[in-house]
Amino acid sequence: MSEAIRLHCLTLGYDRHPAVHHLDGAIAEGDLLALVGPNGAGKSTLLKGLVGEIPVLDGRIERGPAKAGIAYLPQAAEIDRGFPLSVLDLVAMGLWRRLGAWRSLGRGRAACEAAIAAVGLSGFEARPIGTLSGGQFQRALFARLIVQDARVILLDEPFTGIDARTVGDLIALIRGWHAQGRTVVAALHDFAQVRAHFPMTLLLAREPIAWGPTAAVLTPENLERARQLSEAWDETAAICRHDHDVHDHGQDHDHAAHASHDHHHGHAHGSQREAAE
Amino acid sequence: MIDALLAGLVGPYEFGFMRRALVGCLALSLSAPPLGVFLMLRRMSLMSEAMSHAILPGAAAGFLVAGLSLPAMTLGGLVAGLAVALLAGFVTRSTMLKEDASLAAFYLIALAGGVFLVSLRGSQVDLLHILFGSVLALDDDALRLIGGVSTVTLLALAALYRPLVMECVDPLYLRTVSRTGGPVHYAFLALVVMNLVAGFQALGTLLAVGLMLLPAITARFWASDLSGLIPVSMLVSVLASAIGLTVSYNAEIRLPTGPAIVLAAGVLYIVSMLIGPRGGLLRRLVRQRHLEA
Repeated sequence: MSEAIRLHCLTLGYDRHPAVHHLDGAIAEGDLLALVGPNGAGKSTLLKGLVGEIPVLDGRIERGPAKAGIAYLPQAAEIDRGFPLSVLDLVAMGLWRRLGAWRSLGRGRAACEAAIAAVGLSGFEARPIGTLSGGQFQRALFARLIVQDARVILLDEPFTGIDARTVGDLIALIRGWHAQGRTVVAALHDFAQVRAHFPMTLLLAREPIAWGPTAAVLTPENLERARQLSEAWDETAAICRHDHDVHDHGQDHDHAAHASHDHHHGHAHGSQREAAE
Repeated sequence: MIDALLAGLVGPYEFGFMRRALVGCLALSLSAPPLGVFLMLRRMSLMSEAMSHAILPGAAAGFLVAGLSLPAMTLGGLVAGLAVALLAGFVTRSTMLKEDASLAAFYLIALAGGVFLVSLRGSQVDLLHILFGSVLALDDDALRLIGGVSTVTLLALAALYRPLVMECVDPLYLRTVSRTGGPVHYAFLALVVMNLVAGFQALGTLLAVGLMLLPAITARFWASDLSGLIPVSMLVSVLASAIGLTVSYNAEIRLPTGPAIVLAAGVLYIVSMLIGPRGGLLRRLVRQRHLEA
C-alpha cells in the first residue's frame, strides 16, 4: 500500500513552543484515521501543518501524490456567514481547482447539485448561507468537500455541536469516501464514534502516544498517559536538544510494521522512556 | 413652472465645466461603488477612510515639488497610498496584528506627515483644495485619469471577481486551494487606492471616500446579493452625482460641489435606511405575519 502522507520527525508549534513534538510515521493511502487526544494535544495543529497552513518548526512532511489534492475542513471555519452568498455558490467554491478564476460553472452545476442532494440539502441551493442552522451549514461544507473530489480529506472536529442524526449522515459520507479509496483523517473526541467507524487511530498528547489499529491504541493506559502529558506547558522550556540520529528507526519501518507494533511511534520519540523514569 | 424646472435641471449643463464635472463623477460612479460594496462586506468600510488619509502625504509631496500640478500630486498620492496599503497588508500577513490595527498605524504616520509637508509651503487655502477637491475645475487630463481608472477598475473587478469573493467569504479555504489570495487582496487594495486618487481630483481626499462607501451602504437596503448590490450601488452613485451637481449649481447660497454630491448620497442613504425593503426602519415598524414554514 502506498503512502499518502509521511511525517519525518515532525515538530509543529507556535512561538517555538512545540504543539506537536517529533512525530514520525505514515498515513497510508485509503486510511480512515482518527486523530484523538485531549484539548491542546495538537490535533488541530497537526492538521493545519498537513495542509500547509502553519510552517513546520522542525522535520518535514512528505505529501507524495496527494500534494495537490488535500481538502481541509477547519474546526472553526473562518467563513463570513454574513456574506450574501447562496448555498450553491458556497458548494461551487469546491470546483476552484478545476475552474480557476474564469471558467464558467457549466457542467459543474450538476456536480454541485448532486453533492447538495448527497448531504440532504436539496431545495436549499438558493438559500443565503447566513440563514442555515449549524448542522445545515456543516452539511453544506461537506457538500463542498464532495465537490472538491480530493484524494486526501482532513476534518478537524467535524461533529462539534452537530446533532446525532446529522452526525450519522456525515459519518455515512465519510465511510463512503473510505470505500472509494480516499484517505480521511479526522480529529475527534467521541471514543465510541472512533471505535465504531475508524479502523486506525493516532493518539496525540503533543507527543505521539500511540498510532495503529484503534482497539490497540485506545487502551486505558494510553489514554491516562495522554491526559498527563498534555497538561504540561513550560513557559521557560529550554531549547529542545532532541537528537535526530538516535531514533532514526522511526523512519525505516514501513506501514505494515507500524500496523503490527502500534506503540512504535511512541517509542520512536523516547517519550515512554522519559515517562517511565 | 415646468420650464423653470427644466431650466434648473438642464440649464447648468449648458456650461462645459458642468458637463465635465458630470462626466467625471459618472465615470467615478461606475468604479468606486463596487469597491465600496466589497469593502463593506469585508467590514473594511473604515479602511478606505484610512486609505484616503494615507494618500495625503503623497499628494502633499507632489504639491511641495511642483505646486498645484495634477500629475505630480496624482503620482504622489498613488505612491503613498499603495505604499501604505502594501505595507499594512504585509504587516497583517506576517505579524499577529490585524488589518485594522496595522492600517491605522500607517495611515496615522502618513496623515501627520502629509499635514507637515503641506504646512511647509502651502497656505490654508491650498490645504483646503487638496482636502476637498475641485470638481468644477476638471481639465482634460483629470478627466482622462478618472476615465482610465474607472475602466481599469471595472476590467480588474471582472477578472478578479471569483477569487475576490472567495477571499472575502472563506480566505482559509482559498489559501488551501490556491496561492491567489494574497495577490488578489493586494490588487483589491491597489484598486481602492487608484479610485481614491481619481476621486481626489474631483472631490478631494476626504470626500472621495463618500462616493465609494455611501452608495454601497445604501445598496444594502435594496439588494441582498452581489448581483444586486453592485448595480444598485452604481445607480445610487450616479443619482447622487447628478443631484449634487444640479443642486449645488442652482442653490441660492454658495454650496460647494464636492460636499453637495456626498450630501446627496447621504440623503439617499438616510431615505433608503427608512424605506428600503431589506431591513429598512419603517419595515420594522410593521410586523408582518409570519409564514407557515
